[in-house]
Amino acid sequence: MMERLLESASQLFLLLLLSPLVTGVIRTLKARLQTRRGPGIFQPYRDLFKLFSKGMVIPETASWIFSATPWIVFFSTILAGLMIPMVAADAPLRLFGGVLAVIYLLGLGRFFLALAGLDSGSSFGGLGSSREMTISALAEPAMMMAIFTVAIGAGSTGLTEIAGAAIGQNWRFLAPAQMFAFAALALVLIAETGRIPVDNPDTHLELTMIHEAMILEYSGPYLALLEWAASIKQLVLMTLLINCFWPFGLQPTWFGFGAAQGIAWLVAKLLLISCAIVLIESVNAKKRLFRVPELLAVAFTLGSLALISTFLF
Amino acid sequence: MAVLFISGIVVWLAGAVASLALWRLPVIARRVACSAALAGSLLDLAASAASLFSASPTFIGIPSGNPVFTWAIRLDPLSAYFNVTLAVLAAAVSLYSFGYLKEMEGRRNLGAFGFFFNLLLMSLALVFTASNAFFFLVAWEVMALTAFCLISFEHEKEKTRSSGLLFLIMSHAGTGLLLIAFLTLTKTTGNLDFASFHLLASRMTPLEQGAVFLLFLFGFGVKAGVVPLHIWLPEAHPVSPSNVSALMSGIVIKSGIYGMARVFFDFYGTPALWMGAVVLGLGVISALVGVLYALMDHDLKRLLAWHSIENIGIILIGFGAALMFRALGQANLAALALIAALYHTFNHAMFKGLLFLGAGSAVQATGTRNMELMGGLIRRMPITALCFLAGAVAISGLPPLNGFVSEWLTYQALLAGFGTTQSLTRLMFPIAGSMLALTAALAAACFVKAFAIPFLALPRSPEAAEAREVSLVMRFAMIALAVVCVALGLGATGFIPAFDPITQQALGVRASSALVVAHGWAMSPGTSHGGTISTTGMALFFLLAGAAFALPLVLRWRRRIARGPAWDCGLPALTADNEYTATAFSKPLRMIFSALYRPRREIQAEYEVSPYYPSSIRFASEIEHTFEKRLYNPLRDRIMAVANRMRGIQAGSINTYLAYIFITLILLLLFGVRL
Repeated sequence: MMERLLESASQLFLLLLLSPLVTGVIRTLKARLQTRRGPGIFQPYRDLFKLFSKGMVIPETASWIFSATPWIVFFSTILAGLMIPMVAADAPLRLFGGVLAVIYLLGLGRFFLALAGLDSGSSFGGLGSSREMTISALAEPAMMMAIFTVAIGAGSTGLTEIAGAAIGQNWRFLAPAQMFAFAALALVLIAETGRIPVDNPDTHLELTMIHEAMILEYSGPYLALLEWAASIKQLVLMTLLINCFWPFGLQPTWFGFGAAQGIAWLVAKLLLISCAIVLIESVNAKKRLFRVPELLAVAFTLGSLALISTFLF
Repeated sequence: MAVLFISGIVVWLAGAVASLALWRLPVIARRVACSAALAGSLLDLAASAASLFSASPTFIGIPSGNPVFTWAIRLDPLSAYFNVTLAVLAAAVSLYSFGYLKEMEGRRNLGAFGFFFNLLLMSLALVFTASNAFFFLVAWEVMALTAFCLISFEHEKEKTRSSGLLFLIMSHAGTGLLLIAFLTLTKTTGNLDFASFHLLASRMTPLEQGAVFLLFLFGFGVKAGVVPLHIWLPEAHPVSPSNVSALMSGIVIKSGIYGMARVFFDFYGTPALWMGAVVLGLGVISALVGVLYALMDHDLKRLLAWHSIENIGIILIGFGAALMFRALGQANLAALALIAALYHTFNHAMFKGLLFLGAGSAVQATGTRNMELMGGLIRRMPITALCFLAGAVAISGLPPLNGFVSEWLTYQALLAGFGTTQSLTRLMFPIAGSMLALTAALAAACFVKAFAIPFLALPRSPEAAEAREVSLVMRFAMIALAVVCVALGLGATGFIPAFDPITQQALGVRASSALVVAHGWAMSPGTSHGGTISTTGMALFFLLAGAAFALPLVLRWRRRIARGPAWDCGLPALTADNEYTATAFSKPLRMIFSALYRPRREIQAEYEVSPYYPSSIRFASEIEHTFEKRLYNPLRDRIMAVANRMRGIQAGSINTYLAYIFITLILLLLFGVRL
């Protein structure tokens, strides 16, 4: 019991502290690729600090949903984050749920975020909510296909079991089924974290924004909570992807010298996937909204191929 | 138990007669009808809850039967389970009706309403317990007729009459199929008793087995609203009074589910594999079609009706998986899938009842069912909004409420199914799983719309701006159902043992000890090292985090909060006209799934100087209802054509008719003698 609490606390700190850094690294790397200097990898921390110390304006037209949403989004993302293996294969709150619970908890946050987008009555919020719910709905079948493939391999939807099954055979991700599933999940990850070519996280142009449109009315600490939650969600999904497929360096427990090694591995893997995201973001243009379903259909096809290859190969 | 159950039936019957007798005194009639319905429900709840856990089923024989038709009632675990569902929902709806019907006092015949309402509850309890095919069909017909009368209660509207008629026709077509199916079974036994049907169907020839299976599936499928037999459902549910809609959607359509459970898991032994596959396929199609049309509907009650089709689909996915596992000899997995389906049945009754009551309150307060004319109700009706939100979260399958638990169990069953066979059939499970994921995500999108458009932002009509919160007793009924939804979610592990008697009876296994792990804190699918979930743990986390972080921080930030006009990208003067509408919200999906919807829109702009400055714009948008257009309309036209041709022999002269009777008589005599 005590150990679980310690593990949860350590993973919580890791989630809270590492997530802005990942966002910062991606932004900086992207800036470098565009031959800009960029604001530095610690800028997200400064942004959060600034927002937390400011006042906030809540629209007169908004109800309690508007104020409750940042908390619900923040806590459900954290809870999802505590269910995934980050440093140790044994996730701190694995009893609370596996991969399905993680997806549905993120869904809970999205549900309330979409409500909050419509709550103020501003048309931009509604626009964002509508697009977000559409895209996430279309991403769902692809994600489930890929998860089915992974879960069938491990015989479980528990993430500890999935990571554990991968640990024994480090090069298994080269198997066709795993590679297809990885590609499908990577596409879903791009859609879910609102990255190019699905959404552009840096824009506030009403024609193109999705996630930013939903949180347009937020300011001050609540905006900070939502931005932070978005970073954590990105970290959670990235960790989910890398630790299910590349279990290198996952430690048996959180304790002892191994933890430092595990964190180092995690950071290295995160850096790798961040570079991949930056490359994708830099060489692609944002797709038109009605082109996104095609991308997700590709993801679904990849997921189906993954599933079929589990018994072909 | 027998006494409790019979007294429940008697109370309902007495309530029906009394409220009809008192129809000239509307206040008293309303009170008598609702009290009787409530009392009967509570008695039924006590009786069925007790017999769910009793070792042997309760038999009640009502005298004055004959050897073939006995009025036999049997409260076995499956019957008791559906009766508990009925009783909990009926108690809440009866309570709600105290307040809801008050508005109708003096304008409508509440005596007649009370009569049909109580009779409907009684007939439902009998449908779930009748243990004789004849008795079952009698109760089934009483249920259909009373439901028809309640649907057509506001019969001065043309739409209501035609919807009621459609329900009646569809319902009777279904009963016809059931009649043939039961008679085929009887042919083998010479007896109408359900006890003699036990495992009977599996002893028939494969052809007969399949035919009887399909007859039952479609016969019960009509009532359950399985696609493509669903067309009556989105017509009938919105036009009926909202308390009736809650009952219809919550429990009347579940009578079809009960019938399927009874036939598939009692009358059939080990089914053929294709039977489960058919049910699974129908479930996937129903779930998807239901949610896709729900997204496009902006009539709040019809939207909920479409979601009933979706949820029936989810239940059938569980049933189909259970049948397939049974065919493959996997009793434990079959138990898991059956528990998922039955748990979802109960959950759907609760959250759909809650949502219809909430929608009924909103409709009563605003006088319209069109959600585009509501808006901002969360400020005028805070309790209704909160309860509707709880229902919306539950039906979207979001943790930690009850919809999540049953959907999770369904996913686990489908996931485990992949390893049960080596044939390509196993691909059905992951495909069903991913379609279920699509359904659940679309349902979440739909309920963002169904909650946000009527309840959030600015009022979209003067009526919505003037809306008043409903009466105390109605609020109380909604809160009760919301509490049940939360309890079914958080305390899921506590409810799982209730399924043991059912799975024991149907499949011969008890699953709860494998499903409930970690001292009741978590649930597992019962497969070896399968994942776990703990809704209790999640709720505790939210509570702790809220109390430890959110509350102190909110108190600290309070002084920094300013209320101001919405930013809206700097556009001034936000009005209800700038708000995102339900039509706009569902537009991306309408475009993406246009192959199904075949949307049509018409924009007429009038302008004087330039088309960029229109003086007025008329916009109309509609989608095609494929099943009506491509399946039912041709069928109806064909039937009408045949009927028209047959008009020729209806000359209207008495002599001709007498001749017909005479000829028929002769033919029958000849037929009888030859036999």
